[in-house]
Amino acid sequence: MNLDLLVAILMTVAGAATPLLIAGLGELVVEKSGVLNLGVEGMMLIGAVTGFAVATSTGIPVLGALAAMGAAAAASMIFAVLVLTLMANQVATGLALTIFGTGVSALIGAPFVGITTPTFGTIFPEALTASPLLRLVFGHSPLVYFGLILTVAVAWFLNRSRAGLILRAVGESDSAAHAIGYPVLKVRYLAILFGGAMAGLAGSYYSLVLTPMWAERLTAGRGWIAIALVVFASWRPGRMLAGAYLFGLVITMELQAKAAGFNMFAPELLAALPYLATIAVLAIISAAKRGGANAPACLGKPFRAAA
Amino acid sequence: MTATAVSPRLELKGISKRFPGVVANDHVSFQVPAGAIHALLGENGAGKSTLVKIIYGVQQADEGEIVFDGKPVRIGSPREARSLGIGMVFQHFSLFEAMTVLENIALGMDNPPPRRELEARVREVLASYGLSLDPHRHVHTLSVGERQRIEIVRALLQQPKLLIMDEPTSVLTPQEVEQLFETLRRLASEGCSILYISHKLHEIKALCESATILRGGKVVASCDPREESARSMAELMIGGSLKDLSQKSSGAAGKERFVVSALSAPGEPPFGTSLKEVSFAVRSGEIFGIAGVAGNGQNELLAVISGEDAAGISGSIRLDGTELAGLSVGARRRAGLASSPEERNGHAAVPGMSLADNALLSARSRMGLASGGVIRAKAARDYAGRVIEAFSVKATGPGAAAGSLSGGNLQKFVMGREIMQDPAVLVVSQPTWGVDAGAASFIRQSMIDLARQGAAVVVVSQDLDELLELCDRLAVINEGRLSEPMDVKGISIERVGLLMGGIHGGQAAETRVGAKAEAHERRPEPAL
Repeated sequence: MNLDLLVAILMTVAGAATPLLIAGLGELVVEKSGVLNLGVEGMMLIGAVTGFAVATSTGIPVLGALAAMGAAAAASMIFAVLVLTLMANQVATGLALTIFGTGVSALIGAPFVGITTPTFGTIFPEALTASPLLRLVFGHSPLVYFGLILTVAVAWFLNRSRAGLILRAVGESDSAAHAIGYPVLKVRYLAILFGGAMAGLAGSYYSLVLTPMWAERLTAGRGWIAIALVVFASWRPGRMLAGAYLFGLVITMELQAKAAGFNMFAPELLAALPYLATIAVLAIISAAKRGGANAPACLGKPFRAAA
Repeated sequence: MTATAVSPRLELKGISKRFPGVVANDHVSFQVPAGAIHALLGENGAGKSTLVKIIYGVQQADEGEIVFDGKPVRIGSPREARSLGIGMVFQHFSLFEAMTVLENIALGMDNPPPRRELEARVREVLASYGLSLDPHRHVHTLSVGERQRIEIVRALLQQPKLLIMDEPTSVLTPQEVEQLFETLRRLASEGCSILYISHKLHEIKALCESATILRGGKVVASCDPREESARSMAELMIGGSLKDLSQKSSGAAGKERFVVSALSAPGEPPFGTSLKEVSFAVRSGEIFGIAGVAGNGQNELLAVISGEDAAGISGSIRLDGTELAGLSVGARRRAGLASSPEERNGHAAVPGMSLADNALLSARSRMGLASGGVIRAKAARDYAGRVIEAFSVKATGPGAAAGSLSGGNLQKFVMGREIMQDPAVLVVSQPTWGVDAGAASFIRQSMIDLARQGAAVVVVSQDLDELLELCDRLAVINEGRLSEPMDVKGISIERVGLLMGGIHGGQAAETRVGAKAEAHERRPEPAL
């Protein structure tokens, strides 16, 4: 295989992995605080359409990405009020958020179908991307680098910073954290806000970088993979990175197999590959660990301050 | 009392707190001088917990005033309490299982120093009070006594002027209790006041120099525990006279009814304890006790005996010669084995279901509450009603939700549900955990009565006093191994304590701490 093709494939892997990584890290922080937000897919779609709309209207993709984060964070606040303040069921509310996001994004996106948008360039000078190997290091979209930095930042935040310690404490035992005097709900609001912003950014990556155009349900279920990856990563940022790139590879294999005219299986079956891989990996992990020993103890439970 | 120039460390003036339908504290007033160890006594629901939550700022009083070191204060949050110099060790530890000791301590401080410095200070406090604890261990690998030390160190680091201890000894071995008392006496001698809450009256006699007794949210008496008897204080608490337990069985026990031999079982990962060759035999009319510190295999033993846990079990469980190992929970019940686990809400009973439905869950086959797959609702209601009546359970009736009962009443119901099925063998865990003195004595009496009728009774408890009062023989469980049974008559408390701490044979007490740490190291660390 020639070097150019290999580099192209590896770059596709990084591209496919990045939105999973960013959305997954956001959800990881949310879950570490004890909240299960199944609305990632919906928030990603809201981010994707908002990013696309702002980028095409202003011509500035960075503004699009920022608007995507803001819009998805706003959507996550609807979820937060429902599950934290009103103590609604987190699973049902998360599913509703996904359905809501799918519908709203289709509505907002209707006028934008079929047009293209300005996209992010690379951030490094042209000269650095001349040879294939240099391109592998310097030729990615800025968001690919952002994903890597975010991994380190989230790992540092959770394991080294005091705020991260408090966040983990809230997810581990909300009642104990409350008894010591930490504001459980405030911590969870902030975590959900962060998760929303990251889901929005990941969504905008689809509409501004991967396929610079808008179509209904553009993210095609990748938000669900991001949620599954949190379990796969057993709530650790480092493993989230590995998991996201592994799934990036699976997604790329699917594309490559299609491009190479590999037709032993129906194309629908190939398209199902990443999702089948998700199910397989989750089954293996829970069999090996008997239900994810590392899960935050209060995941998914509503918190009611003791009277 | 003569007026003194020195103002008390803590003074409560007419504190009242109302919840919908109940007055938790009704004009409570008392004071604690500097350096005093003051006991707060009362039955469950007497308002002790609410009162200390008000002092620690978790809740706010509706009326009344708190005076601290002579100054009236408003304590709006635990943070404000800590900044005044009030520390608290909770009854249910406010610890985070998946985190290290050091992280837990940092979480309990408002402005913790960087971790290296914090670790140095923690080691300093541990050394100066002679406590052993490894700052880098994860909490879930620690014994209950060690967990409590985390809370104590956390409080000590703040150099408190007032330390509140809520039921601190309920889960400690006698040696651990003694060590805790030494720490508290030393703290008091350094001028720290201690507000000590407990049910255990002889401990209060040993430790405290003054006591306030609450009943129904009101202060009903104050006394000097050193001059009272445990019985007189208990009577002040319940506001009536205490019934004696009728004599336990004469020791003329009958034939062996319940024989467990070489029972081994793998512990449930990640934190379970495996059982190793557990053997014991209980005769008809006998009450057999299993003592031990929490987490040494008691829950596993109960689950294996009741039939809840069936995977990977070896050994035999025989009832009147019939082999039970391999049978289902229902088949064991039909054979005459009744059991009641430690956790009342959610394990022994379903909180959201009515008492009648809960009666149905364990009594359906023996009491004929369901036949041919159809529930006989009236029979279930009648049975639940009979249990309520016979065990004087305070409930609105068989239709009351189990979760609406107080802990003591639900425990009475659960025990009554099992005992009234007239089992051949009754196995119970922590029968009087968190139950007030009146209900506890009732439950103990009912087990004695059952044994007298010829049943074999096995009581698993962390409360050694309870076992000594109740049992004919007892054995100690440690790390999933059961010691040789001992006759309760003439038993050596020190020896039981050493067995609870994991020391077998005749090592000197001085080697206890080191050897115990070793015992813990042998416990496999879960992969992290």
